[in-house]
Amino acid sequence: MKALLIGEYREGKLLESTYELLGFADQLGAETALLLVGSDSQLPAFGGTLYLADANQCGEYNPDLHKQLVLDAVQKENPDYVVFLHSSYGWDLAPRVAAKLRVAQVSEAIGLTEGGFEVGCCNAKMRRTVKPTTAKAVITIQAGAFPGLQPGGTPQVQKVTASVESNVSFSGYEPAEAKDVDLTRAEVIVTAGRGVGKKENVPVIAALAKALGGELGASRPVVDAGWVEHSHQVGTTGQTVSPKLYIACGVSGAIQHLAGMKKSDFIVAINKDKDAPIGEVADVLVVADVLQFVPALTTKL
Amino acid sequence: MKILVCIKQVPDMESRFKPAASGVWYDESDLAWRMNEYDEYAVEQAVQLREQLGEGCELTVLSIGPDRVGEAIKKALAMGCDRGVHVQDDAAATKDPWQIAAIIAAYAKDQGYDLIFTGMQSQDRGSAQVGVTVAEDLGYACATTLVGFAYDNGTVTAKRELEGGIKGVVKLTTPALVTCQLGLNVPRYPTLPNIMKAKKKEIQAIAVAELLKEEPLAATVSFHPPAKKGGGIVLEGEVGALVDQLMGILKEKTTVLR
Repeated sequence: MKALLIGEYREGKLLESTYELLGFADQLGAETALLLVGSDSQLPAFGGTLYLADANQCGEYNPDLHKQLVLDAVQKENPDYVVFLHSSYGWDLAPRVAAKLRVAQVSEAIGLTEGGFEVGCCNAKMRRTVKPTTAKAVITIQAGAFPGLQPGGTPQVQKVTASVESNVSFSGYEPAEAKDVDLTRAEVIVTAGRGVGKKENVPVIAALAKALGGELGASRPVVDAGWVEHSHQVGTTGQTVSPKLYIACGVSGAIQHLAGMKKSDFIVAINKDKDAPIGEVADVLVVADVLQFVPALTTKL
Repeated sequence: MKILVCIKQVPDMESRFKPAASGVWYDESDLAWRMNEYDEYAVEQAVQLREQLGEGCELTVLSIGPDRVGEAIKKALAMGCDRGVHVQDDAAATKDPWQIAAIIAAYAKDQGYDLIFTGMQSQDRGSAQVGVTVAEDLGYACATTLVGFAYDNGTVTAKRELEGGIKGVVKLTTPALVTCQLGLNVPRYPTLPNIMKAKKKEIQAIAVAELLKEEPLAATVSFHPPAKKGGGIVLEGEVGALVDQLMGILKEKTTVLR
């Protein structure tokens, strides 16, 4: 079995997540080759074939050209699987490759089972087992689901390039908004989720954070709705935190949120929905109405 | 200028999901249905563009599914879409993303849409494939995960959301397809007069068999709840008692309470 892995590189850096692809291939028991649009000054440390395209020439985001590079490598390697991270790079590029190859794509795999690949669904509340019915398949893997392989070894580099016409052009990066709150240093974080109901209820959560000497966190929907500033957002597109105590109030537990807080020392979730995915990472799940429970807890402190 | 927005109707995610008899998807009984959240942002962006361009612009909303998806189409019409297309398919949930994309592409191929909007993924299946695959099928320029959108004279300037809150700025030449991320805009609530007006708008019905010629490429072999990890304590009961129990646990297990 052979897997062609598509590494990631951004703003001049090889991304660590590239090793998760190698970890996945290892679990799969597949021979590996890696394709990277990056730089020869930052080679991933593994022993195998590396198809290396120069990011200065091919662009860090140039999907039509990167698609061609992947298709060229598929031609050479004839892999059973073409594997991407389920990331802003991977979910953008993978379906383009799958469509051109006319093969199945399995999105955001979190595990391997006898019958196929395990994926989350219904906002991470449920699971599906998906099986490609084509000879080859494109797989994207969830960030953090497969432990990264220890870097080691030196790849055999084959430089590659491509040139294609495209109606997509990359203009540059826009930096993340300045953070006026550094949640990464907080010992206690109390997070408001969609379950708080409305903006007017956020002070109830903030009061608990204050009583515990901690900071207010927020889940994505709460930030999108404008109830709390983006600088408080916990998750993949916000801050990644690991406080001593994390209290999630009315947070359902979307995977992007869990990725940002699951390394906290102790996690308490308060949620009306006993099946909410936040329960998977919580040390304690309090099944209660946030607006009744949180003020009662605050007064006791 | 012709614009298409593709939407899916999904269950409310607060629902309790049970496997259907088939064992490969959820049981649809007792579920409340709504428009896929990502698609609400797609509809809003399409309607804003429709308003920006004014007369001579036509905005169509398309959905695939059984009769109930008519409700989602009506909501999109009440938000400001001009006309609806309902691809009638009682078995839409059994189709894989490749087939769903093929249906949309088959409908759109001769319509000359300049821009197509979709959500970046559905809340129930979450494959994040359909939009991009439609673009590939049609040969359209495509960018995913938009948190910023501007259109001027055949060029879309899109901001893509990347990890860590960074954004990637991308320019697309139409015809183009974009997939919309949460937070792209603030989706409007349909007003009562607009809901009334929407009732008069046309919804074209097309049988799925007229559009779908593709076989599936992947099969779902099982739908099930996640394996319980265990270890976590679940507290249920009266609020006062719950507070006391939690205080006890925090004193024992953490150093933040003294």
